[in-house]
Amino acid sequence: MELTGLIGYLIPLLTFAGIYAVLSLGLNVQWGFAGLFNIGIAAFFAVGAYTTTILTTPPSPNYLGGFDLPFPVGLIGAMVASGLLALLIGLVTLNLRADYLAIATIGIGEIVRLILKNEAWLTHGVRGIKGIPKPFDTLSPEVQTLVYLLIVLAIVLIVYLAIERLLRAPWGRVLRAIRENELAASAVGKNVLRFRLEAFILGSMIMGLGGALYAHSFGFISPEAFDPMFATFLVWVMLIAGGSGNNRGAILGALVIWFIWSITGFLANRMPPELMTQAAALRPFLIGLMLQIILLTRPEGMLKEKPPSVTGDEGERRGR
Amino acid sequence: MIEILQVLIFGIVLGSIITLGAVGLSLLFGILRFANFAHGDMMTVGAYLALVFVAGLGWPIYAAFPMALAGGAVVAIAIDRVLYKRLRRTAPVILLISSFGVGLMLRSLVQFIWGPQSLVYEPGIQFPLEIFGLRIKPDHLVILAGVIILVILLHLFLQYTKMGKAMRAMSDNMDLAEITGIETERVIMWTWALGGALAAGAGIFLAMDTRLQPFMGWNMLLPVFAAAIMGGIGKPYGAIAGGMTVGIAEEMSTLFFSPAYKSAVAFALMVIILIVRPTGLFGGRSR
Repeated sequence: MELTGLIGYLIPLLTFAGIYAVLSLGLNVQWGFAGLFNIGIAAFFAVGAYTTTILTTPPSPNYLGGFDLPFPVGLIGAMVASGLLALLIGLVTLNLRADYLAIATIGIGEIVRLILKNEAWLTHGVRGIKGIPKPFDTLSPEVQTLVYLLIVLAIVLIVYLAIERLLRAPWGRVLRAIRENELAASAVGKNVLRFRLEAFILGSMIMGLGGALYAHSFGFISPEAFDPMFATFLVWVMLIAGGSGNNRGAILGALVIWFIWSITGFLANRMPPELMTQAAALRPFLIGLMLQIILLTRPEGMLKEKPPSVTGDEGERRGR
Repeated sequence: MIEILQVLIFGIVLGSIITLGAVGLSLLFGILRFANFAHGDMMTVGAYLALVFVAGLGWPIYAAFPMALAGGAVVAIAIDRVLYKRLRRTAPVILLISSFGVGLMLRSLVQFIWGPQSLVYEPGIQFPLEIFGLRIKPDHLVILAGVIILVILLHLFLQYTKMGKAMRAMSDNMDLAEITGIETERVIMWTWALGGALAAGAGIFLAMDTRLQPFMGWNMLLPVFAAAIMGGIGKPYGAIAGGMTVGIAEEMSTLFFSPAYKSAVAFALMVIILIVRPTGLFGGRSR
């Protein structure tokens, strides 16, 4: 009895940690590899979540669609939509300074939130959309959540392997070069803007994928879920705590910070009712405090960035 | 016609609040080369500090105002001492992340102390004055006068005091300023004091115009940044023009679009400026 209770608690915990790991990996492509400062993660997350919802739910008079398409189509659609949004923003802002990009991404986050809230024909407005299907709906609900956890973990692994490969490929090396010294990289003939744009789009597509996984996991989405705090800030703390530039760090950070965040939530819910709202307000404060302590004492995070060796993968393997 | 004028008045009030925030933000950027993402939340803190004196001690808002400004300055200096000063030697972008976190911490602290509900300084409805068919709330006149006085005081400070001159020197050329013996740390402290006080002022005026709410300042971050960028970030005088433009444009847009999209207008303006004139309307610094 107790064991099933624990598992019942662990499965959603791990599922969400996995979803945040996907977001954190997406941010790592943008910030860790390319030094692009995106604080509009919530926007890409939301676009991904809503895209897959519209694509995979059965037809409804309340919002656009749904088109009742299979789960993989939803995931791909989510990535495409987030990628297109990133392309639009990137073309305008990527040749600007880091702080301008940052404020532009805040703006995108805000506009996406406004659209989700106000364009009811598209998103059913503040009432949100429920009944987003999980894959394999012939299974019993318990088995289905377990299978879904496995799907999420498999996607984390695929994303990890794919961008780890990219980081070692010439593409990733150019990105690192641009991040370290933009002038030198453009002097050797690298198209800085193009590489940045590619990194921004790729990272945003991964964030959109994370959003899609979230939508199917939770089964219900509304504009409330895409509060700038929830999606954006937590992911930043995860990546910085884990170690920006290190993909394993990004995953580890997501796990650790999500556990801490969940534990504080667990504790806040155990508080007497009159203290509950106060305790809930204190949770983001503690996460913010943690970020500051990490920045002051260990800015490189739990796992340091490991630059790929200059002689390539072969040389690195021999060297060990 | 009367409707347009009415909206224009709302725009001028909003614009003057944005201006006050943007001037502080621009000043901080000019001297510290640091885009303060906690600026909106510093506005919120200032507004709630005034509430302590108004609701807690029963002071009139006019007496609470200078106290809250001083409080805002102290909070800003304290944050700089504890965090930013230590991070200043690392990459500037680390400061950006840190200030983003500071903003969140301030917001949750406000929510922790005062709760998530919206509050007002004085309960009751203010009856608007009718002037040539235009409705003007007395508070609007107070806000406008207050902003004008604060901006003039800032102008006098920057132009005629030794510290103000040192600030402008540092903003123009950091290395040269240090060589001539300007104590940079003291200038930085004063900059934070001014930035914090101006943010607090903007927050109080915003609360007078609308209500006190933990997210009030965060929601203003976008228009304030848009104004600062439009004026050429790092140029406090440009921020005045930027602030008025953004405020008036936001309110005017309600004549054509749903008011829900007001803050999208600030963003659209900012994007246009970034594409057409990335250095701002008056050619601020580009790096």
